Amino acid sequence: MEKLIGDLKRQIIEALNLKHLKPEDIGDEQPLFVEGLGLDSIDALELIVLLQQHYNIKLADPQEGPQIFKSVKTMAQYITSNKTA
Amino acid sequence: MNYINRHCKIQKRILSAGGEVLYKNNDGSLDDFLEAGLKSLHISYPKFYKMDRPSKLGFLGAEVLLRDEVLLERYAPQEVAVVMASAHSSLDTDLRYFESMKTIASPALFVYTLANIVAGEICIRHGIKGENAFFVLPAFDASQLYAYVEMVMASQKTKACLAGWADVMGEQHDVFLYLVEKTNTAGLDHSVEHLQKLYQMNYGKVDRRP
Repeated sequence: MEKLIGDLKRQIIEALNLKHLKPEDIGDEQPLFVEGLGLDSIDALELIVLLQQHYNIKLADPQEGPQIFKSVKTMAQYITSNKTA
Repeated sequence: MNYINRHCKIQKRILSAGGEVLYKNNDGSLDDFLEAGLKSLHISYPKFYKMDRPSKLGFLGAEVLLRDEVLLERYAPQEVAVVMASAHSSLDTDLRYFESMKTIASPALFVYTLANIVAGEICIRHGIKGENAFFVLPAFDASQLYAYVEMVMASQKTKACLAGWADVMGEQHDVFLYLVEKTNTAGLDHSVEHLQKLYQMNYGKVDRRP
């Protein structure tokens, strides 16, 4: 899980062009949207693309988005639960 | 009578304002130059890194143009207009988006596949809510920009207009922005001749910074 969280932080920074941040600047449980990293709705779409590109996971129910993308840790938990072999 | 009170350029990897070179660097890509240019102005604006090249160029140009100036201290948001033009519209980004479609289309690129997004980024940054227009022209056309800006300035509600040219295709870039106001602070009439001269002036020869 720790490695996955580290990988995710690097991938999020690259995918969302968060060049002002380093992986260590992002807390595992820090909110990704609004008061946390301040991501917006377009970033949410990029996170969906990230899951598909790096982990071959398609978000089946968009309603789950807010819970899955709450933090890097919740994303990692979702990936662990849904990753195909 | 309207006046050109400020002007700036980004040409040949040189960032300049009012004839003064603020930053120049030929190393790396255009994106590297633009990001280093922003840092050289000590500006922190995380969204800049998410912008496409046309928006980065126009945004950086506006930062240089309006440095040490807060327009909204003198004008209401609705009193400032933005009139811009380019030759390549959003083609640079359109092609990058087309490439991304070969795998998974990028939503972040898609939102920049319109010519006038750059004007929106400038308006968001500076709180501008006045008239705006974006023209796609074969080349910089001082007459057309002059005529439209004069028309906008003739309206009762517009008191200032950020105008100019911001064109990019690949590594080729050309930005010339200027601020037109009803009051004269720089002694330069808003005219086709002055716009043409300012656009053609080689700022690169004037370097007052180490």
